[in-house]
Amino acid sequence: MSDLLKIADKTYRSRLLVGTGKYADFAQTRAAIDASGAEIVTVAIRRTNIGQTAGEPSLLDFLPPEQFTYLPNTAGCYSADDAVRTLRLARELLDGHRLVKLEVLGDPNTLYPNMIETIAAAKILVKDGFDVMVYCSDDPIIAKQLEDIGCCAVMPLASLIGSGMGILNPWNLQIIIENAKIPVLVDAGVGTASDAAIAMELGCQGVLMNTAIAAARNPVLMAGAMKKAVEAGRDAYLAGRMPKKLYSASPSSPTSGLIA
Amino acid sequence: MQLTINGKPRSFEAASCNVANLVHNLDLGGKRLAIELNGEIVPRSKFEITLLADGDQLEIVGAVGGG
Repeated sequence: MSDLLKIADKTYRSRLLVGTGKYADFAQTRAAIDASGAEIVTVAIRRTNIGQTAGEPSLLDFLPPEQFTYLPNTAGCYSADDAVRTLRLARELLDGHRLVKLEVLGDPNTLYPNMIETIAAAKILVKDGFDVMVYCSDDPIIAKQLEDIGCCAVMPLASLIGSGMGILNPWNLQIIIENAKIPVLVDAGVGTASDAAIAMELGCQGVLMNTAIAAARNPVLMAGAMKKAVEAGRDAYLAGRMPKKLYSASPSSPTSGLIA
Repeated sequence: MQLTINGKPRSFEAASCNVANLVHNLDLGGKRLAIELNGEIVPRSKFEITLLADGDQLEIVGAVGGG
């Protein structure tokens, strides 16, 4: 059985997308990503450290482009203009690469997204030929608007970036999933494996995370746990859970043949 | 010739000034990067033919770990 994740006409076996930040070193980054089974990895675009990096290995040396699909992000951007500029540089950096993660932040403390600027940026990027996966609030109306603009995936937060608080509003996520004709992925807020499983059980097409793996005491072990959780949650969603009942008068063992 | 690169002023000899030479002088040859000159992206294929002038502002970026 093939149950593939499809984003912008490309298919992926893994429904777990991972970030590459906050690891101890590149070797640990690579080991965790290998354990996660992720095929799509996010990268940030930053000023090159001139004069200090000659001969030093770079992240991309550890994550060869033949083996991974890069998802350049706009982390740290607080305006539509900065986000668009960043992703145009990313496109040049990655030889015309079109798949990007748009995020425009609104506040440095909470890192909550600014959806007005995000929508403005999404319009420009879609028109410019980018395949835009967009980080957003869990507002079903906003999610629909982003779909209508032409984004290829919407990625509502489960809770605040880096908080590890898990899925705080499963009801909103469910409404977004029900209304969407494009993939919905949870991005941000996952803290541990059960959070990822719940996201998938709700019907998300995938989960994107970074801190939950990188900030675990053993990131490589947690990466493997997340892989299993995403797979288990997906299978449970496809299998269709039993209805919840307060109690059942129908036990699982036979009611006849009791010894007394 | 004064250039501002990634927000910092730097001086270069005016004699050899196209973007390809600059990349070489900064010891960035062979690295995967993207360059903006005065707000416009310079495609890699045009590094050789893009000349620099006094006062130019450049941004040189690469990919780093991020979520």
